[in-house]
Amino acid sequence: MSEADAPARREGAPGIGAARWIGKRVPRKEDARLLTGRGQYTDDVMLPGTLHVAFARSQIARGNIVSIDTGAALDVPGVHSIMLAKDLARQPITMMSFFFTPSEVPITPLADTYVQYVGDPLALVIAETRAIAEDAAALIAVEYEELEPVVTVAQAMGGPPIHPGTDSNVSAEIGDEEPEGELLDALNAAAHRVRQTVVHQRISQAPMENRAILATREGPEELTLYITCQSPHNIARWVSLALGLPEAAIRVIAKDVGGSFGLKNTPWKEECAVICAAMLFGRPLKWTEDRYEALTASAQAREAEMRLEVGFDADGRMQASHGIYDCNNGAYPQGADNNIAVHMFMWPAYKMPTYGFVSRGWYTNTNGLAAYRGPWAMESLIRETLLDKAARKIGIDPVEIRRGNLVYLSDQPTTSCMGIPVDDITPGECLEKLVANFDIPAFRREQANARREGRYLGLGIATYIEPTGSAGSMAPMTGELAQVRIEPTGKVTAAMSTHSQGHGTATTMAQCIADRLGVRYEDVTVYEGDNTRGGFGPGAAGSRQGVIGGGAAIRASEMLADKVKTLAAHLYNASPESVSIEEGIVHIAGAPEMSRPIGELANIAYGEPHRLPPGFEAGLEVQFRYQPPPMTMTSAAHACVVEVDADTGFVKILRWIASEDCGTVINPAVVEGQVAGGLAQAIGMVLLEDMPYDARGNPMAATFKDYLLPAITDVPIFEYIHANTPSKTIGGMRGVGEGGAIIGPPTLVNAIADALSPFGEIEELVLPLTPARILDVIEQRDVSGTARLRAGVREMEEAAATAIPQAGPANAMAPPAASLVLPGGTKTAAATAAAIDGDWNLVLKMPMGPQAMVAHFQTDGGVLSGYLSASEGRQEFAGGSWGEGCARFEVKVEQPMKITLKYDLQVDEDAISGRCKMGMFGSAKVTGERAGRR
Amino acid sequence: MSEHAIQLTINGRRHTGRVEARTSLGDFLRADAGYTGVHIGCEHGVCGACTVVVDGRAVRSCLMLAVQADGAEVTTVEGLADPEGTLHPVQQAMRDAHGLQCGFCTPGVVMTFAALTAEGAKPTEEQLIAAMSGHICRCTGYQGIRKAARILTSGDTA
Repeated sequence: MSEADAPARREGAPGIGAARWIGKRVPRKEDARLLTGRGQYTDDVMLPGTLHVAFARSQIARGNIVSIDTGAALDVPGVHSIMLAKDLARQPITMMSFFFTPSEVPITPLADTYVQYVGDPLALVIAETRAIAEDAAALIAVEYEELEPVVTVAQAMGGPPIHPGTDSNVSAEIGDEEPEGELLDALNAAAHRVRQTVVHQRISQAPMENRAILATREGPEELTLYITCQSPHNIARWVSLALGLPEAAIRVIAKDVGGSFGLKNTPWKEECAVICAAMLFGRPLKWTEDRYEALTASAQAREAEMRLEVGFDADGRMQASHGIYDCNNGAYPQGADNNIAVHMFMWPAYKMPTYGFVSRGWYTNTNGLAAYRGPWAMESLIRETLLDKAARKIGIDPVEIRRGNLVYLSDQPTTSCMGIPVDDITPGECLEKLVANFDIPAFRREQANARREGRYLGLGIATYIEPTGSAGSMAPMTGELAQVRIEPTGKVTAAMSTHSQGHGTATTMAQCIADRLGVRYEDVTVYEGDNTRGGFGPGAAGSRQGVIGGGAAIRASEMLADKVKTLAAHLYNASPESVSIEEGIVHIAGAPEMSRPIGELANIAYGEPHRLPPGFEAGLEVQFRYQPPPMTMTSAAHACVVEVDADTGFVKILRWIASEDCGTVINPAVVEGQVAGGLAQAIGMVLLEDMPYDARGNPMAATFKDYLLPAITDVPIFEYIHANTPSKTIGGMRGVGEGGAIIGPPTLVNAIADALSPFGEIEELVLPLTPARILDVIEQRDVSGTARLRAGVREMEEAAATAIPQAGPANAMAPPAASLVLPGGTKTAAATAAAIDGDWNLVLKMPMGPQAMVAHFQTDGGVLSGYLSASEGRQEFAGGSWGEGCARFEVKVEQPMKITLKYDLQVDEDAISGRCKMGMFGSAKVTGERAGRR
Repeated sequence: MSEHAIQLTINGRRHTGRVEARTSLGDFLRADAGYTGVHIGCEHGVCGACTVVVDGRAVRSCLMLAVQADGAEVTTVEGLADPEGTLHPVQQAMRDAHGLQCGFCTPGVVMTFAALTAEGAKPTEEQLIAAMSGHICRCTGYQGIRKAARILTSGDTA
């Protein structure tokens, strides 16, 4: 059924040569070296004088360090040095988030005075071999004053703040916990109110190549890093800012990377420790993480709980929705955020009139979270599983409930209830294609027959859209640069800002170049993996490289082809329009005897300047940086068929069909590889993978015998339908890297839920759906113990809710906690009605991290005016109100989108706090103090 | 830690070395002998990335000590293609089938396929897939590896 080999539609891109390389299933450029063992992964690199690093790590989740004794370890022959936090502090480093914002809580590469998770690195051992370094690390004796760990979100809600100087474990919060106003009215008026809860387990990204770094300082002004990463450019940028060094001095090389999936976006504690140690120690230092470290001490992903409610009318049309999202960020997450994208992308594919939410991130004594393929994927999982639940409850078909609510092309352009413009998505069309290729009535007959035999088949369908190719909306996300040249030999080389961790960008970019330049694919070589080779690009994050890198490669190649044509026209006295380039041969229309290999023209372009046209820049080189639209949507609908064994609870996946619209397909094999890889990870998330922590905060999956990755026998053969609606980008591609991991989980869960429907609902979706959890439904009793565990969690959450003041607008108006315990009892409103006039230092808790700014207020009676000033600029406001210690004002901003920010602040002497309503983003916490107070 | 002199053949070439008793064959092949195509993925025998062929059998080089390979004939992924560079049929099948993405698990996959198809052995597709259950690939969802197994057993092309 595959339409993969059909050539991509090429609207707006008239062909140059006869050979089409875009759309072809060509063999990958990368494979010849990788298949013969000649790849170059970080641990494969050895420099003269290299010494090896191992870490001594915390064995408790939370506590103060009383003493560290390195005496016995230093006596091990072959040990060169042992560094503790105080030693590394001689090389200052500012660890930053994925968004390049400094961490809100202090992070040092090695734990300094206290530890925050099991595995927190305490000491760095430098030795002649890794084995010796490990021997020594094992001899380092640490004495702790152990503290009660905060492991779960429920514990974080009620427990003590784990980070010094913070007043709660909330790392980020936005929105409103309870539905209000029109939203509440709409929910109350709904014919059906359907709720879904998803408890998503913690995931290990588990790339096959663990983290690794080889750092060498080459004199006082140069630093070279070999590091497994998602973009050498991004690493150079991050390290430059973190160390305060000019980027020109930093070279980052990552030729081959053994997978990443979000883990290797930014260097984290261990890599930073090695970098600092190499700066101080003056020898090349190498650290290669082993799998035990990778599973127990690398950043992890996903752990979150969400509750979603949707009101439907009697016909199953959506009326309103409210969501509550809490994620367990761990102690030191790579972004201490609350995953706002979950809410942004919850509804734009559906006709949802109104949505409200609260989203919170929590600090705990566990490993910090990092990205993982589709970090916001909770939206598709909870929405699509809720829709199937609703279809069963209302009594309509799962396809019909989607047909009735999806945004089809005929409904566009429109704007989502969160303000996202929707004008280029095809989830409905993907669904129609899917349904046309899968005989649902026949399946229902088969299912009914099977049930009579005691076999339980299920069909799951899900639809989604995904923002891809993001550029210009946040600091790390930029365009991509293509530098393409025809060498004097006629060979075509390109330095790309893209980077592959398995994506095959050296292949797909070469296809784009060959196609648009008119040369053979075999004659194009793409270089990447070294920040000194190409321009800046953030690498693989947000399904962006095919879209943006591809667009850059296409446009640069077209510009280079034009240059060749200009030169040929001049040399052969023809018009540029009569020149064509095919398979590396330059032809003049109507003059076949004039045909020349492109290399001949290149020789002239480089070596015979007197033959060039006036004003023609010598050489055949072009560069183009593509700045695409802020995002490009990918859509899909998937179907999955499973059989659940009612005796054992085992799930067998019988069939899986992906109907995906990723626009122009550069290489169907690469696209299908991305979809399949994401789906395999989806199967892992739904059925197998789990990184649990015990009550003391010990990570419980320390080997691949505990952390179960999908094996070949767990993954079916996938079938593909490519829809190929070209996007508005150059080349018309849409991103495809993450989609499988986003739409896969709800598709599979829906199939399992359908199979289990004769027994009952999966009331709360707790992942993974182990055989025991499936037997919970089949046997309608708590086989797995999950119900008992969840009851305990709810009890703890309720206790936390009564023990601490409720979050939300009412509480946000309350004065800071410190003032509540001041001598003299509770203050009256009159006593707190201090003056507001003057300058204040404010912090606005934005979804991407805290935003610091200076506020200037002036009052004229009850009228408030002034300005807010941050590094990005200054915004004036007027017409606000002031009275009773309460300030209300509105600020209109244009970037990154038009929003009116509504501030509602309470002044208490020199402290100020409150909330800022930010349109579609809900409301954010504001805190601050009078300037000049400290 | 005791040291031992060992002598073995790696990819048809004689190799001598001194190793600690605890050194795994995988670490020896990578660090001492320079065959970095041997990839260490888990060091506990689950992922299969470090698979090499020892005396005709596919073994996990993380679970075998270098001293145990004294006198053995070892083939790593570097030793499969012919000296002129023509890929081994397993390597070619994997390339044709788009059987790899990041390439880290690939040497192990290739060596298991190579051991099971060596010297005219005619495994079934099911036997090859069953053997692949001992290899973890995090990238591909095994689609291309399945295709390679089909190519190797049926003679079909991708």
